[in-house]
Amino acid sequence: MALPSYTETRYRIWHYIYIAICTFVFFFLIAPLFVIFPLSFNAEEFLVFSEGMKNLDPDAFSLRWYKDMIYGTKNPWGLAAKNSFIIAIFATIGSIILGTLAALGLSSRHMPYKGIIMATLISPMIVPLIISGVAIFFFMAKVGLAATHTGIVLAHIILGTPFVVITVTATLSGFDHSVTRAAASLGSNPINTFMKVTLPLILPGVISGGLFAFVTSFDEVVVVLFLAGLENTTIPIQMWTGLREQLSPTILAVATCLIILSTLILISAELLRRRSERLRGINR
Amino acid sequence: MSSETKQILTTDGIPLEVSLKKAEKKNKIKAFLLVAPLLLFLIITYVFPIGEMFSRSIDDKMITNMLPKTFKEMEKWDGQELPSEEVFSAFYYDFKVLVEKQEHGKLGQRLNKEKNGFNSITKRLFRQVKGKKIDESISIKEQIMKVHKRWRNVEYWQAIKRTAPPYTMAKYLKGMDMYYAADGSIAQVEEDRRIHRILWLRTLEIAFFVTLFCFLMGYPIAHLLATLPMKYSNLLMICVLLPFWTSLLVRTASWMILLQQQGVVNDFFVMIGLVADDNRPEMMYNKVGTYVAMTQILLPFMVLPLYSVMKTISPSLMRAGKSLGGTPFVAFWKVYFPLTIPGIGAGCLLVFILAIGYYITPALVGGASGTLISNQIAFHMKQTLDWSFASAMGLMLLSGVLVIYWIYNKLVGVDNIKLG
Repeated sequence: MALPSYTETRYRIWHYIYIAICTFVFFFLIAPLFVIFPLSFNAEEFLVFSEGMKNLDPDAFSLRWYKDMIYGTKNPWGLAAKNSFIIAIFATIGSIILGTLAALGLSSRHMPYKGIIMATLISPMIVPLIISGVAIFFFMAKVGLAATHTGIVLAHIILGTPFVVITVTATLSGFDHSVTRAAASLGSNPINTFMKVTLPLILPGVISGGLFAFVTSFDEVVVVLFLAGLENTTIPIQMWTGLREQLSPTILAVATCLIILSTLILISAELLRRRSERLRGINR
Repeated sequence: MSSETKQILTTDGIPLEVSLKKAEKKNKIKAFLLVAPLLLFLIITYVFPIGEMFSRSIDDKMITNMLPKTFKEMEKWDGQELPSEEVFSAFYYDFKVLVEKQEHGKLGQRLNKEKNGFNSITKRLFRQVKGKKIDESISIKEQIMKVHKRWRNVEYWQAIKRTAPPYTMAKYLKGMDMYYAADGSIAQVEEDRRIHRILWLRTLEIAFFVTLFCFLMGYPIAHLLATLPMKYSNLLMICVLLPFWTSLLVRTASWMILLQQQGVVNDFFVMIGLVADDNRPEMMYNKVGTYVAMTQILLPFMVLPLYSVMKTISPSLMRAGKSLGGTPFVAFWKVYFPLTIPGIGAGCLLVFILAIGYYITPALVGGASGTLISNQIAFHMKQTLDWSFASAMGLMLLSGVLVIYWIYNKLVGVDNIKLG
């Protein structure tokens, strides 16, 4: 963003102010995440930078909270992680199947009542989570699925499908329907056409929707707070209780792991988005 | 004209129009069948339960079912004087059934909510009925009136009559700090007990200011991202996307560490001499914490829609504006800004909708003065177990959100929501 040499001084000043504002905002966005890293290696029990840490004294750093996270006797992180992954994986699969089918229907130009149906399908993303939580809790309690994995998986499918519907619909908006007709004219049945022609083309959209569904489920706490029993505890629930009761550095160790996980997910989502744009012939 | 042209037939001899309609219908059904599983799933597990929240929030059948005979007799009562002998005896027989079922306690508690003092007089009546001290052959009215002087007070009978309808809007009134007065009119709660109205206003205030802050911070960086060359903007985009993908609890936790009294932000303030070391300001467990944390958490939802709109604006437009004699400010204000309004609308509505229903962050960093309406709903769901009140508050919030959602849908279209 070099300024041309003829720029007047006041615009030059304004330009530097603008850059300063942007720098501040980027710092505001990203810096809070980085305060967690060093503190998770704190040798002491307090969540502040000790004098030793400020002087980069190696004794002030330790891995004790990571050890506590993995081996700690009273820490339920192992169970929570297992539950979180099981629930998120099943919820993702469910969201992908239901969401992709719905997106295929919605992208058809023959779809009746498209507007209202789309609005209904997206609504779990818009309705405040607390209301979704209450409603889903009433339903699960009535059918006897409260405090079960199945109930939580179903709840997360509800919350995850809108993301799949949105991403797959977006992918399908650049989809050339003549390729499916070509497949049909070559004698392929609809299921075969879908598996061999449509799916490979929309796969980036499906997977990135799946990533959204996975993250939604993996990070979801409001609905789970209503649904989960002791057996169904998840990482977000443990974090929530930890943050409310005693802020121990173990939480920061877990948080660091979660940040690494989200970095991995971000990278895969970005790669998928670029691949999808390339496949759909969008050049930037 | 159409009657003159020859009808076009398909090879099967069916008119083309009919055949086309048939094919269209088939396609429609096909498309609908693809959507059906998800739609059905959502209707059963999500849309109906929200409807159930509504019936729960207005449900008041408990007493209606407990005192069927009494309410039947009360239909004839004008509600001014003490009710007649028939009402008293109907009430006595209803009460006797309740005593046999051991449900008289529930009746007392529920009536006590309607008017204070019912609990003790139903207990007294219970002792009389249980001890079979009431003679059914003589006037029951006289005997009940002797049990306690409140049974002679017409206000208590009016209170019973008020509970007769199977549905009530009382929970909604309570959500707005109002209630049904003794004569059935709607009255305001005393000034110092109007907690819910404060919460609604605070929720709106926080959602509004968070949206404003997000806009003020999001607009410049979205502009920068959209105008920088690709290789730089991709790198900076990570600063927006990494928080977006990171767990909400992790981000809230980092704010709790930053904002605490011995935290990094306060350390920094002390270092630059803004505040004294022994006088560190409280930045968490109040509104400040809620504002700061929610703005950072919701900022990506503002930047992403703005960015996707700004990306489509050709830079030559600004150059054209400047070459026609506009200063950079005029060119920006008259050319660039109006083109970004769709993005502003999308971003602001999205952030506002998300902010108005926020729960986790206010609960953790908000303290008492930073909690929002969602926290109140959760409190009644989990602590007081007044689920019908929680449902009523939830639906009041939901109706507000749906109005904004509707506007959003009209302005932006839900199918135009972009993610990442």
